[in-house]
Amino acid sequence: MSGAHKSGALLEVSGLSVDIPTEAGVLHAVRDVSLAVRRGETLCVVGESGCGKSLTSLAIMGLLPPSAQRRAHRLALAGEDLQAAPARRLRALRGDRMAMIFQDPMTCLNPAWTIGNQLEEIFTWHGKGNRRAAHDRAVALLERVGMANAAGRLSQYPHQLSGGLRQRVMIAMALMCSPDLVLADEPTTALDATIQLGILQLLAELQAELHMGLMLVTHDLGVVARIADRVAVMYAGEVVEEGPARTVFTAPRHPYTRGLIDCIPQPDRMVPGQRLGTIPGMVPSLVGEVQGCAFRTRCAFARPECAADVAPRHGPDAHMWRCVLPPGMLERAA
Amino acid sequence: MPGSTPVSAPGEELAAQAALPAPARRRRRPRWLRNIGLIGSALVLAAIVLAALAAPWLAPHDPYFQSLNDRLLPPYFVDAERAVPAHPLGTDNLGRDYLSRLLYGARISLLIGFFAMVVSGLIGTLMGVLAGYFGGRTDTAVSFLVTTRLSLPIIMVALAVVSVFGGSLEVVVLVLGFLLWDRFAVVMRSATHQVRGREYILAAQAIGCSVPRILWQEVLPNVLSSLVVIASYEMAQAILLEAALSFLGLGVQPPLPSWGLMVSEAKEVMLFEPWMIMLPGAAICVLVLAINLLGDGIRDLTVPEGRA
Repeated sequence: MSGAHKSGALLEVSGLSVDIPTEAGVLHAVRDVSLAVRRGETLCVVGESGCGKSLTSLAIMGLLPPSAQRRAHRLALAGEDLQAAPARRLRALRGDRMAMIFQDPMTCLNPAWTIGNQLEEIFTWHGKGNRRAAHDRAVALLERVGMANAAGRLSQYPHQLSGGLRQRVMIAMALMCSPDLVLADEPTTALDATIQLGILQLLAELQAELHMGLMLVTHDLGVVARIADRVAVMYAGEVVEEGPARTVFTAPRHPYTRGLIDCIPQPDRMVPGQRLGTIPGMVPSLVGEVQGCAFRTRCAFARPECAADVAPRHGPDAHMWRCVLPPGMLERAA
Repeated sequence: MPGSTPVSAPGEELAAQAALPAPARRRRRPRWLRNIGLIGSALVLAAIVLAALAAPWLAPHDPYFQSLNDRLLPPYFVDAERAVPAHPLGTDNLGRDYLSRLLYGARISLLIGFFAMVVSGLIGTLMGVLAGYFGGRTDTAVSFLVTTRLSLPIIMVALAVVSVFGGSLEVVVLVLGFLLWDRFAVVMRSATHQVRGREYILAAQAIGCSVPRILWQEVLPNVLSSLVVIASYEMAQAILLEAALSFLGLGVQPPLPSWGLMVSEAKEVMLFEPWMIMLPGAAICVLVLAINLLGDGIRDLTVPEGRA
């Protein structure tokens, strides 16, 4: 089933838009987003709150709220068109070939069932084997995600577990059917800082071990630098820069990316009391037609031509950005 | 590389979880034993149910057998002089044994209460859960039906139905079943609506669950505690309404030994033989109270946080 398609990408998203009708007008929450995730590759989607990161991942899964409208030129998993697929086929794909890890592990486990029940359910629901096999798989996965006494944990209810443990359960749950693609929507945001790194390392390890595609949505660039193969920076519903992690970090071409990188606190290079970096201004409203570069109101390099629509520019090693600035400008400024 | 997140000790969290005690099963027993209301009401209800089931063996007489020579015999606790051993709770104005009629009456009350609750529960829960889960047009339609139902007075509908079909056990069950679902619908709708917004519903969709499965597996277990309370309340309500309807002559018909009918028959001699009205009245009261307390007790046990 794999490898038959031309581009070689596991997940292909091209021209994805999500519109949400509101009282004030149509909210263009996601605008013309194109992404690709290859097998065994980690794509990090970065951006501040409300830039459409989560909606993008929900749109890929087909789990948008009923009022939201999704449009895309192409939306495919392993070559299979997700837009044309009937609901039954989508349900078969979800959880089996593509899985999702949610932001808040405190609310995404059903309090009425034991974690064993919930883990085994996915396995048997997708017809992977009987309860015995499901149980063995659940124990093995809980051990793999680092839970002590995995067999005993299966009979516990979610409220008996801490946040970090629940997120480990969620990861195990996403992996029950060995999916090709895992979408992780800010999997560590709701957790203590001390546990965040452990969870991310675990995700990165599992991704390499199982050779999955991983799309990690986050607003933490520090995280991205550690585990991403590719980075997509989103601003106001648009991918403003996308490329290999190393290129994006060392030679960003969009002022927003530059701004985000400058916002990362660096303990060794900063003096105590120094103000942390910020990007001045506010995210523009996405209600109604959005013209030109959405970042120009906050951009230190804004020019008159930014008010017209900015076509994506392409550099070497599949580096894409949406900015009119000539190369070198950003480096000199920084 | 920029962005060095502070490095934590990865073993920290694991050490903490290893220190946790094994799943505490010891707490399960005392939890429900401590709830006196639950135990007491369960025992009372069990006694009434057993009495109803075993009525043919427990009852000293045929509840329909009339003996006009023995009419209006008082029970022992009222007048020990005139009471006879054959009729420990006396006889009614047709000379039928009161204890036997009370025992058989429990059958009528429980049957009507249970089946009216089941019928209304099925209708109301289905409508409420669908309205709460899908919202939008489904919700509007269900809300309209609930409003329509609330504008129908139960007694008037019962009067109309009984005058067309005649009063019988089945008619009473159906009338109550089709009239008492509104509270089920309203409560299930809001409970489901609350659960609908939880992330585990989205997570269930993300693992590919179908809508019926989500309703059954994810929504229902989480609204069960409200359902149990409403079900017990509605069963008690149905028993009371049956008594009221029978009292008015719109419910089960004589000579069936319904408690409401017994109250109705006793009201003619209420001033001379008040015990006749008090016995079935007390029976209704105890049964309804026991059912309500049991519902509350079960609710305390079934809220998810209560399971351990």
